[in-house]
Amino acid sequence: MFKMYSKIKVFTGVFIFLALATFPFWNKVFIVSKTNYEMPDANIKPALAFARENGFSGCIEDRAFMRAKHMKLLNHWRNEVVRENKKTYINSKGEHFNKSLTGTCLKCHSNKEEFCDSCHTSAGVKPYCFDCHITGIQNTNQLNSKAEAIHEIK
Amino acid sequence: MKILFALITVLILSLAAFTGVEYLHMEYVFGIVIPYAAFIIFIAGFTAKIFYWAKSPVPFNITTTAGQQKSLKWIKSDHFENPSGSFGVIGRMFMEIFFFRSLFRNTKAGLVKSSKSESFKPGYASDKSLWLGGLMFHWSFLYILIRHLRFFLYPIPSAIVTLEKFDSMFQIGLPIFYLTDAILLLSVTFLFLRRVFIPQVKYISLIADFIPLFLILAIAFSGIMMRYVSRVDVIGVKELVMSLTSFSPALPEKVSSVFYVHFFLVSSLFMYFPFSKLMHMGGVFFSPTRNMTGDSRRIRHVNPWNYSVKVHSYEEYEDEFREAMKGAGLPLDKE
Amino acid sequence: MANLPKSEELSRVNYEMPKKVWSKVETTFEPGTYCYGEKAGPVGILGLPNPREWDPADPDWKLVPDWKETMNKSFKTRLERFRSLKVFMDICVRCGACADKCHFYIGTGDPKNMPVLRAELMRSVYRKQNTASGKLLGKIAGAREMTEDVLKEWYKYFYQCTECRRCSIFCPYGIDTAEITMQARELMHEVGVGINWVVGPASNSFMTGNHLGLKPHAIVNSVESLLEDIKSITGVTVNPTFNRKGAEILFITPSADFFAEPGIYTMMGYLLLFEHIGLDYTLSTYASEGGNFGLFTSHEMMKRLNSKMYAEAERLKVKWLLGGECGHMWRVVHQYMSTMTGPASFLEKPVSPITGTKFSFADSTKFVHIAEFTADLIRNNKIKLDKSRNDHRKITFHDSCNISRGMGMFEEPRYIIKNVANHFFEMPEETIREKTFCCGSGSGLNTNEFMETRLKGGFARASAVKHVQETHGVNLLTAMCAIDRAAFPSLLNYWTPGVDTSGLMELVGNALVMDGEKKRTVDLRDNDLLLPPENSSEGSHV
Repeated sequence: MFKMYSKIKVFTGVFIFLALATFPFWNKVFIVSKTNYEMPDANIKPALAFARENGFSGCIEDRAFMRAKHMKLLNHWRNEVVRENKKTYINSKGEHFNKSLTGTCLKCHSNKEEFCDSCHTSAGVKPYCFDCHITGIQNTNQLNSKAEAIHEIK
Repeated sequence: MKILFALITVLILSLAAFTGVEYLHMEYVFGIVIPYAAFIIFIAGFTAKIFYWAKSPVPFNITTTAGQQKSLKWIKSDHFENPSGSFGVIGRMFMEIFFFRSLFRNTKAGLVKSSKSESFKPGYASDKSLWLGGLMFHWSFLYILIRHLRFFLYPIPSAIVTLEKFDSMFQIGLPIFYLTDAILLLSVTFLFLRRVFIPQVKYISLIADFIPLFLILAIAFSGIMMRYVSRVDVIGVKELVMSLTSFSPALPEKVSSVFYVHFFLVSSLFMYFPFSKLMHMGGVFFSPTRNMTGDSRRIRHVNPWNYSVKVHSYEEYEDEFREAMKGAGLPLDKE
Repeated sequence: MANLPKSEELSRVNYEMPKKVWSKVETTFEPGTYCYGEKAGPVGILGLPNPREWDPADPDWKLVPDWKETMNKSFKTRLERFRSLKVFMDICVRCGACADKCHFYIGTGDPKNMPVLRAELMRSVYRKQNTASGKLLGKIAGAREMTEDVLKEWYKYFYQCTECRRCSIFCPYGIDTAEITMQARELMHEVGVGINWVVGPASNSFMTGNHLGLKPHAIVNSVESLLEDIKSITGVTVNPTFNRKGAEILFITPSADFFAEPGIYTMMGYLLLFEHIGLDYTLSTYASEGGNFGLFTSHEMMKRLNSKMYAEAERLKVKWLLGGECGHMWRVVHQYMSTMTGPASFLEKPVSPITGTKFSFADSTKFVHIAEFTADLIRNNKIKLDKSRNDHRKITFHDSCNISRGMGMFEEPRYIIKNVANHFFEMPEETIREKTFCCGSGSGLNTNEFMETRLKGGFARASAVKHVQETHGVNLLTAMCAIDRAAFPSLLNYWTPGVDTSGLMELVGNALVMDGEKKRTVDLRDNDLLLPPENSSEGSHV
């Protein structure tokens, strides 16, 4: 071994550095003891009954688009509905949709825990949609009447 | 020239990653192989550099004293600017590392025309811009780094969620614009501009001073792009990152090439780090002028290589000057 | 000095950067802007390499054929010995905070006097030899070979740094250009390149014990002539001893205080004070130099000269050491001496025999500064002072670089001045205390052939003096440093005529009310005192 000076301080420093730098690798050992990170289940199928009943082929846009950009879309919808009173969305296939989180999206994606929270929790995202639209209500039926009531008033 | 060289280097790096993923489908290389290699190079290189420094001793106590020494009891000494014990040294280092104490002192010198004659004299104005720019840059960088832990951890600690919430408190845009992104961009741009527009700083700058600036700018830019402009699938990114940190690398479904550009630039920064001036991060702890006590007359500092030297002894001196000393009535050891 | 430009002209500094990159700007040696090369004589006495007669302005420096290898090897050795060197070579980010902090840059506008660039002169060579990127990428990585041109550049600019450490205070990593300059000079000495004004005094000090080369009888004679002056001015007979065994304290001061104006007045101050308090002390002709030009040569030379102090203290069996007013002496005593030539276990922990104060801050080195010692005397009312005897002086205090940034003594001298004089004015805040400006002649550059650059180097300091001269009528600059006392008279005479230079103890000597003294009408320089109107009783100011 080569000679080194102020060993204790240097090793302490290097130890702290290495501990911090490798934190992403070892944190699992201490923080989550039992399981590794599991991807949100990509195979959960939305209940498409609503879509079918209304004659739609499926979701308003394709899966990749929705995964990456749904928040932009919803934000856009909100602005258009609330500020410009434009309530109809026409998708790339020419289908017409009512611009409504609860009235359209959540009809099929009816389980918030599965469809919203699993990914948001995984990525550490806290959307403020649910500040108004859902508060402690997990059942979409209850929710619908409340949300529609709010929108009716407007 | 220097600036162009650095800029082109960073552009080539960005393009390489983009082309590699977009057209050559080398996700495996840019998403798995290079990040692993970069990380290993970073920690190994960093540690090696620290050991390289530590192999040399600090032979003398060379504290720079910027405040009153601890001497007579009734004179107030300055604990932090001239530490007389480890408490003071820790305080001094803390101020230096977290608040850039020395840079805070910064002034700007210039010539002032004398009102009474044709001569000039130097004048000094306080100049905190470098201090502020540097401080904002480093703090926002650290903040962003910690915020990124949301991609590395599961479950995400509430502290990181809080940090993120705080960072987006103004709720501008969607996804909400992070304040630290703005601060980082502004401060790096400022650091770049002062390198270009202050003639002295421009004159002393090397290519190696522009490369990290452009690299960090490009990293910030690509990060902002994929968050605000061309969205990437965050879940896919997290899937990749988590697979890397659990040593079972797996590529996610298609994630935008912008992400790979970002990831590759970050990897490049990590690889470049140990071999560059960026090592000031470790070096600041090693600076003997700041991390030692000022009490070198009270406590003896030991030099491990203190070899003996040729001296001119009193005996030799007396032999040489005996007659003169006798004549001057000086006492002698040997008559 | 006859052909020096007018001060108005010299004050118009051009800060424009050259068009060429710095590595392509040629090094030139114009008269007045470089120091003469080391001469064969002193180099031989000290046993340094390649003694010869040469002139830096000549193209041929008469280097030994393998000088480059020697230098590269020495560089490696220094890196192995000094962590500071490695770290300072590696971590600079060139933020430029230091750029306009150097008095030589402020005075010359030469970019290579920006501390960051001065260090780059060395860093570029370091990169070529010690870093992978430097070896592979060369110029792109800011690396370059050591060549004769580079050596000339080093010679010019590392002898345009006074090791004052002002830049270091502003550096976010505490990179100390003094440390870099010391190493560069040390490396150059390895191949026989140095300046005579450093090597000459160092060899004198080695052989005779002091830089001026005063032989034992000359020291005794010059002190005796000072005693006569003291007698005629104060009416008091003072009897110092030399080389006396068994004295309690060995007093060591820079040799200029024995011999050269205005240092001799400081010496008279010491002698009067010691007589006044009846101190049991002795002077030494062997350790007759407080200063240490070895500090400006190499660490080894520093030790070779410094070791006389403890050796003499041990031989004379004194209890501890008291030191006079000197800047770089205190850098060595405070930060190097105990490490280099200690532990001084044969000495006792210093205690003031007059006040009983334990100087515990000097427990290891056993070396106390005269200002610390005197401040303690004043605080304990052990000396009688008449402040009005300095009333003809409007005083400003210059913090000497090494005392400030290599020791941290700011309050003691101010406390003393305020107790021995009535008119004290501080210079602007950015130019005092830890931010003090060097006189421009430190670290062995106090030589006449270098006058033009010295004046430029002293421009920042002198301008601050001029400021207090204009605003407060200051007519005396007091400084605790022998190089200051030697450099300031010509510097201030050029930039701001009408301001004299003194040491601190000269003021104390003026104010001291000695037992059995005669009525004083003149100060220690034979200048008339501002006397109070007749009939006012003597000593009323005590």
